[in-house]
Amino acid sequence: MKFKFIEEKIAKSVMIVFALLVVGFVVNIIYTILRRGLPALNWDMISKIPEGGYYNGGGGGILNAIVGSLYIVLGSAFLGLLFSIPIVFYLNVFLKKDSKFAYIARLAFDVLFGIPSIVYGAFAFTIMISLGMHTSLGGGILVITLLIIPIFIRSMDEVAIQLPKDLLDATYALGATKLETIKVVLLQIAPGIATATLLSVGRAIGDAAGVMFTAGFTDSIPTSLSQPAATLPLSVFFQLSSPNAAVQDRAYSAALILIFIVLVISITGRVITNRFSKNKI
Amino acid sequence: MTSLIYKNPTRASWAEDYSFLNNNIENREGLALKKSYLKVSDLNLTINKTHILKNVNLEIPDKKITCIIGPSGCGKSTLLKTFNRLIDDTEGVKYTGSIWVDELNIFDPKTEITEIRKKIGLLSQRPCPLPMSIYDNIAFGCKIHGEHNRKKLNKIVEEQLKAVGLWEEVKNRLNTPASKLSIGQQQRLCLARGLAVEPEFILADEATSALDPISSKLIEELFVELKQDYAIILVTHTLRQALRIADHVIFMYLGEVIEAGPADEVFNNPKQELTQKYLEGAFS
Repeated sequence: MKFKFIEEKIAKSVMIVFALLVVGFVVNIIYTILRRGLPALNWDMISKIPEGGYYNGGGGGILNAIVGSLYIVLGSAFLGLLFSIPIVFYLNVFLKKDSKFAYIARLAFDVLFGIPSIVYGAFAFTIMISLGMHTSLGGGILVITLLIIPIFIRSMDEVAIQLPKDLLDATYALGATKLETIKVVLLQIAPGIATATLLSVGRAIGDAAGVMFTAGFTDSIPTSLSQPAATLPLSVFFQLSSPNAAVQDRAYSAALILIFIVLVISITGRVITNRFSKNKI
Repeated sequence: MTSLIYKNPTRASWAEDYSFLNNNIENREGLALKKSYLKVSDLNLTINKTHILKNVNLEIPDKKITCIIGPSGCGKSTLLKTFNRLIDDTEGVKYTGSIWVDELNIFDPKTEITEIRKKIGLLSQRPCPLPMSIYDNIAFGCKIHGEHNRKKLNKIVEEQLKAVGLWEEVKNRLNTPASKLSIGQQQRLCLARGLAVEPEFILADEATSALDPISSKLIEELFVELKQDYAIILVTHTLRQALRIADHVIFMYLGEVIEAGPADEVFNNPKQELTQKYLEGAFS
């Protein structure tokens, strides 16, 4: 056999092994969570807030953390989209391809992308102190918004940067102003917006460090933005820190719920985008 | 093939439906008689200090097909893009001189660019449908110019699709994505989309070069049909196409207009040696 065919066979096997390795990790993680979490999972877990002594094996559930996490994720995803769509639109439609400002802005977003969430948390915390704010749902939403805006922008930008020039020209040629092209642009980059949202939501719901100082933790469900809020990752953390094995198992159940929520959001997101992106050219 | 092509109603009968495009209805009704006007004087254009268009002086005759011919890189497409100022988005572009579209100088800062572009439709080399349904592709232009009445939009969509001979092919699937059409159908859709905002001029930048021969022929026939109502400016690389459909020819070489005049004269009796050589195929 010719060398180049052997080469191809080896390369292909390497790819398959690596792919299986990654899939193996995921399967292993999910298996561990299922093995320890599933037996501990019961209706009380998702329908009740912690009762007295919950973290020492008492009754109740983690509804506080589920609701808190959903509030923070939905709030920050909404705010994140609200801020990042105009930015991406400005970068790609209003600025010329080789604009210096666009270059600097993109660089800044890349740097922000890499900043760990604990730094965002600490940064937001100092601001909150100077404003006299307490740990609260509002604070948590703000810091997670800050955390995911760079993810939103960079992943949407990667798609928007490939907007066909002809498409914009065709729209301008009809007499559209730059702003009026927004419908065309949004429809064209809809899959990018979906991917960005899913990435952001995944990051937002899994983040523990950012919300630790800002949203705090509580056993009750917040009823206003100024009350502290519990989150699933912190709930996992607190339960896992317990010396009691039964409570540790509950941490795995909480992780299971977390993964399930991410899964539901991802699938819904995909279905919605497929509806919107059917027109993409 | 010709049977597919829908006879355009006269402009006057459209006036009512399109009144949103121009508040000056009285003026519109007289449009069939009104001459559209495009004149270029002393146009010089540089991109990053490269002189692309040199001292261009032109007049585009109304209700005729004007073909701009010339070898690659002679500035044909740049000139076309200057007519509706799409060239503005190019980095480092500078121009002097003037282009008059009707009574408006398009370089005048007071001229609204969207107003100019509404008067000048564009058909690009590759069909570029908007990422929407067939219906919305046509309605989009009308909507941005303020028409939201569903009934009127329905009427416009039907008329324009008929005008490009696409109605019979798509009338049962107006809400399907435009990207699902064949490439030839897409190009006709783009033409219809341009016509829907009622331009006076149609610019076509090698609009048939990406199409199969049958679609290409169909577009050519449409141009011939449409010249009753519009001034059509066509950039083409295919000399034979120019020979077939041009009424007026502009020959450009290295950014200069070498010769311009009625097709018969330029093709049969060129005054310039360069034109003669180009027509003989000495260079392309």
